[in-house]
Amino acid sequence: MRAFDYIRAGDRAQAVRDGAGPETRFIAGGTNLLDLMKLEVMAPERIVDITRLELGGIEETADGGLRIGALVTNSDLAADARVRRGWPVLSRALLAGASGQLRNKATTGGNLLQRTRCYYFYDRGEPCNKREPGSGCAAMGGMNRILAILGTSEQCIATHPSDMAVAMRALDARVEVEGQDGTREIALDDFYCSPGDTPHIETVLAPGELITAVILPAPAGGRQIYRKVRDRSSYAFALVSVAAVVEVENGKIAKAQLAFGGLGPMPWRDRAVEEALVGEAPSPALFDRAADILLTEAKGHGGNDFKIPLTRRTLAAVLSQATEAAA
Amino acid sequence: MQFELDVNGERHALDLDPRTSLLDALRDHLGLTGSKKGCDHGQCGACTVIVEGRRINSCLTLACMHEGDEITTVEGLGAPDDLSPLQRAFVEHDGYQCGYCTPGQICSATAMLGEIEKGWPSNVTEDLETQVEASIEEISERMSGNLCRCSCYPGIVDAIRQVAKEEARA
Repeated sequence: MRAFDYIRAGDRAQAVRDGAGPETRFIAGGTNLLDLMKLEVMAPERIVDITRLELGGIEETADGGLRIGALVTNSDLAADARVRRGWPVLSRALLAGASGQLRNKATTGGNLLQRTRCYYFYDRGEPCNKREPGSGCAAMGGMNRILAILGTSEQCIATHPSDMAVAMRALDARVEVEGQDGTREIALDDFYCSPGDTPHIETVLAPGELITAVILPAPAGGRQIYRKVRDRSSYAFALVSVAAVVEVENGKIAKAQLAFGGLGPMPWRDRAVEEALVGEAPSPALFDRAADILLTEAKGHGGNDFKIPLTRRTLAAVLSQATEAAA
Repeated sequence: MQFELDVNGERHALDLDPRTSLLDALRDHLGLTGSKKGCDHGQCGACTVIVEGRRINSCLTLACMHEGDEITTVEGLGAPDDLSPLQRAFVEHDGYQCGYCTPGQICSATAMLGEIEKGWPSNVTEDLETQVEASIEEISERMSGNLCRCSCYPGIVDAIRQVAKEEARA
């Protein structure tokens, strides 16, 4: 690990001021950042410890939603009684990720900012446009079975690894951030950047901008499912995952909010898929049509071609489970 | 950088490079070599310790970030002549072969049983709103962050189940 200056932030104003400095990173849980710093994939010159800031706690908002402090751990969020009752897809997604030890450390804000697990991003002996802009992409034509099929560019086919963020995207979450110019809220829909020619830029956060909370709107109701397909049944990243909030009324789908993990450079959501489902009676043919829309632009890169049919089947399984008559 | 760590009820003054992981501080600077370095990347769980009542990977956190926290290592759970319930159960059930992962397994299981007691659900919990029990399936899922290359998992699960049953009776 390269040497760095360690700064323990005493208040938010100091954190965003120090955080805006060059080659500076915030640290909270540190489970991903320190891993990458050990490998020198990331080598900040300064790290600003935000763990002593008042950014914890889960509060109810005026409109029946939740405001989740950025430092709330994945464990605490998954176990929160309100989340389990009103936003179960979020609990399920959190519990499907990482291990007990990691969930105890990993925070809400940090989880959103996780870096990809693309092998070539981790391997400093290989070119990677995300790690070293302009160096090339070894994943293209390399080992890419875990990588993306949607929203990629010629420069990068990395996936976003989070489970939590997939559920949050299905739930229309918003991210509250604070910078030197004040605070703002960003819809999770607008939070992540497409890789394009700049895969090293992953979010719209400005230097020094600090995630302070994630806001969930009032409970979405419906049936909530998080289904994760992975190489082993615990403690593994998603090959494909689906977060679903689906409601059926009078035999027709009245609501469908769907987000996908393991497919793209960000937790993936495609409103056209949802529009095709709403107002229709659930059927295998309908689910297949939804998958056609979702996968119109899907592109395999050899090793990950299997994700295209796997996504189709996983979506059908989730929609079938979500719409079957209550037993 | 100078800071203090509270480990197993004792306060220690340290002067370390901020890069020092909590694991390295415990092993190399405080002589507490029970916590083991397996992968050093949070994948194997051999370094698991309990901080503020919660199990974490001590390899993936900086020692200097834990000033003021109550840290418990396997040395703080029991001693050869005064084993903790889980330590005794691991011996009884052959919960290890080479023993390298065992301190991490025991720290992890100690805190994990507390998580079940608090009613935390897991990925295999069917109903998110009912109290869970320490079944084989629940224990296996909740202990997935602790690898055992000797594959003593049946003994590990038996040991944990026995302690969970004893605690439920107590």
